[in-house]
Amino acid sequence: MITVQGITKRFGDITAVNNVSFSIKEGEITGLLGPNGAGKTTTLRMLTCYLRPDTGVISIGDLNVEDGPVEVRKIIGYLPESAPLYNDMIVYDYLNYIAEVRGIEGNGRIAEMGDLCGINSVMHMNIGELSKGYRQRVGLAQSMIHDPEILILDEPTSGLDPNQIIEIRNLIREIGKKKTVILSTHILPEVEATCDRVIIIDRGNIVADDRTDNLQKVSGGEKMVLVRISGADYPALAAELSRLPGVVGVEEVGDSDLVSARVTCSGTDDVRPEIFRMVSGKNWTLYEMLLEQRSLERVFRELTAGGTK
Amino acid sequence: MSILNSSIKNLRSRGAPVEAHVRSFAGNALLYARAPMAIMKKELMAYFFTPIAYIVIIIFLGVTGSFFFQILNGGFFYYNQAEMRSFFQFLPLILTIVVPAITMRLFAEEIHSGTIEVMMTLPVKTADVVVGKFLAATLFTCIMIAPSLIYLVTIIIVGSPDPGPIIGGYLGSILLAGAYSAVGVLASSLSRNQIIAFIGGLASCFSLWLVDKITIFLPARLSFIEFFGTDFHFRNISRGIIDSRDLVYFFSIIVISILVTTKILDDRR
Repeated sequence: MITVQGITKRFGDITAVNNVSFSIKEGEITGLLGPNGAGKTTTLRMLTCYLRPDTGVISIGDLNVEDGPVEVRKIIGYLPESAPLYNDMIVYDYLNYIAEVRGIEGNGRIAEMGDLCGINSVMHMNIGELSKGYRQRVGLAQSMIHDPEILILDEPTSGLDPNQIIEIRNLIREIGKKKTVILSTHILPEVEATCDRVIIIDRGNIVADDRTDNLQKVSGGEKMVLVRISGADYPALAAELSRLPGVVGVEEVGDSDLVSARVTCSGTDDVRPEIFRMVSGKNWTLYEMLLEQRSLERVFRELTAGGTK
Repeated sequence: MSILNSSIKNLRSRGAPVEAHVRSFAGNALLYARAPMAIMKKELMAYFFTPIAYIVIIIFLGVTGSFFFQILNGGFFYYNQAEMRSFFQFLPLILTIVVPAITMRLFAEEIHSGTIEVMMTLPVKTADVVVGKFLAATLFTCIMIAPSLIYLVTIIIVGSPDPGPIIGGYLGSILLAGAYSAVGVLASSLSRNQIIAFIGGLASCFSLWLVDKITIFLPARLSFIEFFGTDFHFRNISRGIIDSRDLVYFFSIIVISILVTTKILDDRR
């Protein structure tokens, strides 16, 4: 669906994107992950034909972006970073204007977008008076009004409250069942929650490009399990835990009245049944046992650590 | 046109419904103009949703009205002339200030607020965007000038004005509005700051107005410079003489400004 070959973009002396190549299949939700200033927005701007790459070729479907930007833009929906909108327009007028420019007949699509993005209640309000969350939704409605094949979202959940984030994520996942979605973010859980695939980008270069679950496994397959019990002290618990097969490390967690330990285990086998049997065998009380998916975060830190140097 | 005629003839010989073909041809033309029209409509709406439009119109009518009624020169009735010459005499100068104020926000605001990113990723050609905004500014200026037709009614009541200079004057005003709007749109595309866009537009429009006046200070062989002045061509038209040279001048300014603006916006990529 989308093929990017060796694109580079420089702004003066700064190389924002350096020789980046990837391809995205139809119906995939791809997360573009990276620290601030990594080149995520620049990459997305080149995909949407807003910027022209200095070198390299982008083709979308069977169209070359350089030859047919207008044709390419017809099948792309784009939500730029922080959803820039006309503040002195009414939401309905704005969507109507976008629909008109895109050649959409009638106002059926606007009504659909109102339902889908939950903006019916603000349809007749001035955009300038809307909260950040509603602005983001209006931006999203704008980007989907023509039912695009490809949806490109630049930090779609930034500035939203936790409920809104979950709503938007659900919406993206829903759309991603039928469409190709590319979203950029610097929030890791977002990628884990929504994306089939992750491209990690750092200082203009791709440092990782794989399926989300593969990347989660890739870091030695290490998992963390948080255990909270009562009925024993920490040394006793630690001694028992480290005796279990597959456990490579135990550390104390002192954030509650209960005796807590974080267990690091290797291998693909789940260590939780072993922990449960051990705890119940000792007649201790198990309050909590939580598998922590921390691997992607570690991958991200390892790959982009140079950015802080 | 001959191609169209021959294609209609071909269709006729094959017995196809010509009307449908012509209709779809017109439909395609409309389809092509859809984007600039939508942009024009949006920009016009934006003018009237903000109080700035009404303020500009009121100031414009106040100032031009005072010139029409010759308040500073002893009054309209003192001259006993049924004409609008004094109105059209000062219109070009007033438009050099007012039109840049109308055009300043067209691109500068979009660049400043980032909405240009949405605009330039819509499936429209850059030139269509420029044309849409140019048309909105021109149309707004015409709407602003339109109430001055009341003056015309006044002089028709009190006397019998010569129609030539008045028709020429209004035609010239429309062309002038177009030329200044195109220059103003160009100035607006150069900056993200509306004030700078206004000053740039004002300086350019005012220079175009001034050019034919400085020929007095130049040697006679440089007097051709006056052909570059907007006021020179406007005066010709507002005498009631519609000459192709004046029309070509105004259309050239409009076309060149639109092309340069398109280039500037494309180079931002």
